[in-house]
Amino acid sequence: MGLENQIWESLPDVVTVKLDAVVNWARKSSIWPATFGLACCAIEMMNSVSARSDLSRFGAETFRASPRQADVMIVSGRVSRKMAPVLRRIYDQMPEPKWVISMGACATSGGVFDNYAIVQGVDKIVPVDIYIPGCPPRPEMLVHAIMMLQEKIMNESVKDRRDTFEVESRRSMVPGTLPVTEGTVLEDLARTAEIKPYTIPSKHERRRSS
Amino acid sequence: MNTEVLHEFVEKLKTEDASWVAGVKDALGEVTITVPREAIVDVCWVLKSKHGFDMLVDLCGCDRGVEESPRFEVNYHLFSTKHHNRLRLKVLLTEDEANVDTVTTVWKTANWHERETYDLLGIKFDNHPDLRRILLPSDFDGHALRKDYPLRGYEPYSLS
Amino acid sequence: MSVVTENSASQFDVLDQPLESQMTISMGPQHPSTHGVLRLELVLDGEMVVNTIPDIGYLHTGMEKLFEYKKYQQGIVITDRMDYLNPLGNNLAYVMAAEKLLQLEIPERAKVIRVMFCELQRIASHMVWLGTHALDIGAMSVFFYCFRQREKILNLIEAASGGRMTPSYFRIGGLMMDLPAGFERRVNQFMADFPTAMEQFEVLVTGNTIFQSRTKGIGVISAEEAIDWGLTGPCLRGSGVKLDLRKDNPYSGYETYDFDIPVETDGDVWARFRVRMREIYESYKIITQAVARLEPGPTKADAPKIVLPDRDDMRKHMDSLIHHFLIVAEGFNVPEGEVYHAIEASKGELGVYMKSNGGPKPERVHFRGPSFVNLSALPDLAEGEMVADVVAIIGSLDIVLGEIDR
Repeated sequence: MGLENQIWESLPDVVTVKLDAVVNWARKSSIWPATFGLACCAIEMMNSVSARSDLSRFGAETFRASPRQADVMIVSGRVSRKMAPVLRRIYDQMPEPKWVISMGACATSGGVFDNYAIVQGVDKIVPVDIYIPGCPPRPEMLVHAIMMLQEKIMNESVKDRRDTFEVESRRSMVPGTLPVTEGTVLEDLARTAEIKPYTIPSKHERRRSS
Repeated sequence: MNTEVLHEFVEKLKTEDASWVAGVKDALGEVTITVPREAIVDVCWVLKSKHGFDMLVDLCGCDRGVEESPRFEVNYHLFSTKHHNRLRLKVLLTEDEANVDTVTTVWKTANWHERETYDLLGIKFDNHPDLRRILLPSDFDGHALRKDYPLRGYEPYSLS
Repeated sequence: MSVVTENSASQFDVLDQPLESQMTISMGPQHPSTHGVLRLELVLDGEMVVNTIPDIGYLHTGMEKLFEYKKYQQGIVITDRMDYLNPLGNNLAYVMAAEKLLQLEIPERAKVIRVMFCELQRIASHMVWLGTHALDIGAMSVFFYCFRQREKILNLIEAASGGRMTPSYFRIGGLMMDLPAGFERRVNQFMADFPTAMEQFEVLVTGNTIFQSRTKGIGVISAEEAIDWGLTGPCLRGSGVKLDLRKDNPYSGYETYDFDIPVETDGDVWARFRVRMREIYESYKIITQAVARLEPGPTKADAPKIVLPDRDDMRKHMDSLIHHFLIVAEGFNVPEGEVYHAIEASKGELGVYMKSNGGPKPERVHFRGPSFVNLSALPDLAEGEMVADVVAIIGSLDIVLGEIDR
């Protein structure tokens, strides 16, 4: 990713515009989601994958369980405080280019649950590209969101997306509450790791195209 | 719902040991027996072994209010798979002595229910095999379901 | 990550042994087969599971605290999101507990419609169970067939209440609204197509030798152990205990319907599977009887200070308008008392403990979720099985994390 970016940045604009069209077309046509179904919205996501409204005709062919093979993370459901570090870690594990769709009212803004347990909006943790309202949103709304994301991808430029925070994301230990069993190898790692604050990569500041 | 059948169990408990039944309430088709906290395990054993209440359906705590005394109560809902009767046992606890003996020796299912009650309300269960938080994050400060814990929590979910 | 000693599995002394012989892996919380955000710490000896330590709470929503801050009518909306595969069941448990406190009489038509929707919801929940269970074991096409049937049921629920998965259709005192015109015809249409679908499932799943060999003899639990662990529902009936709250503590008119309780004696994953498949046929019977029983009549109890009036009434009569305003703005006072009401949800005994102190908001609402109790038996069930079988056992327990974590 880094070398390609350097090549593309040195090319004249005429060439990159043509490259943009091809690369973006390839990216938007095969956008594989990572399974991040949390609650009720996950069932509607499963409904949108099944036969009546079929998400795979838009390129979302398989839902990859491993985030390292996924392009988009559809956060569907309420994110509790215990789950938030896990969410961030899965987002960090996804390689660029990656997008996030926040599905449902709970992921967008906390939804019905304005209390101690739910993160009021997943955009406090990860940068979100598309927000879907609804509780739960109909499967057709998720399909529309994927289509909107495809339009957004078409408007991007290859010069923008770089493997930012590579060093950070490889060495960061997410401060969290995942318990570590005593006596295992992870215990030493956990004890010596520094707890760092999250830094949200702000693509919107870095992006030079619209 | 006829509650005469349930009152028989109350009478049988009283014949075992009169101090076990600190109060009986019969309302809305259900019978609630208030049991002193030292006697709860014995009462449960007797009800399970002799009277057929072989399933503990639910164990939940309740915070009656910050100024109430006793502040907490623990409700044990018993069910019998043989004669399909339900009974509720109630233990009243003050804020200073918010601990009661565990009934995991009687029914194994009490394990997780007691962990949840400890997690959300702070009621400790003595001799519990594994009393730790189950629903809230393990570094959570406080007990969320208490009446003096605010609904929105103490700090916004800050990232640093 | 900081080492959090409070949550470490200190009571298990397997960790005194050298690490070469046993490995602890963390399955979840993001995992395709755990049916939600469940984390299992599996202590493995090679491929065999020595111990399973479930770690829940990744979907904890603080619903029980929310109930204390919302009026009784507002709380119905929250119950939809608890066991999100069976929202009408959650609604029913909550609403019936409140009705018990208020000592309301529900009209006959409302009871029949409640039974019909509860059974439709049971079939829909079992469709998701079947689809995901078979998907975990490897039969992928069943998932699509099941969701196709589920779409039809969701359309029915949406026609009546407006929401596919969060209907909030049952209200304190009856229903939200009467059924739309032509609803019985649509239900009959669904019922006419359903037996062919069930035949397909029997061919695809029940007759599949791979499925049978992956599920027979796995995760066995005896009847006494099951009762001790508090299992209810199909998990208990798969071990030979004939207990179903629809027959033993009937509610909402269930005693007047004619249906059987399927029971299997083996206690393994296959037995629980067979119980649920046979339950779908029984639900089918109940729905046919309920639809035949529908008579025109009121769908709300006669309690103007508690039940919202019809919109027409509200626009024409002053007292209805005042009642509507007061119910929505202030709520109604529920007499002091405590009640525990349990229904037979699709996963087991769903119980609501509701305590009122005389005001418009409850003092304590506690949901006894069947999945919470069923999951607590997992360490017992999974001991000695292979890792791949743990997935099959979790599927057979039919857990929903929304209900476990509330």
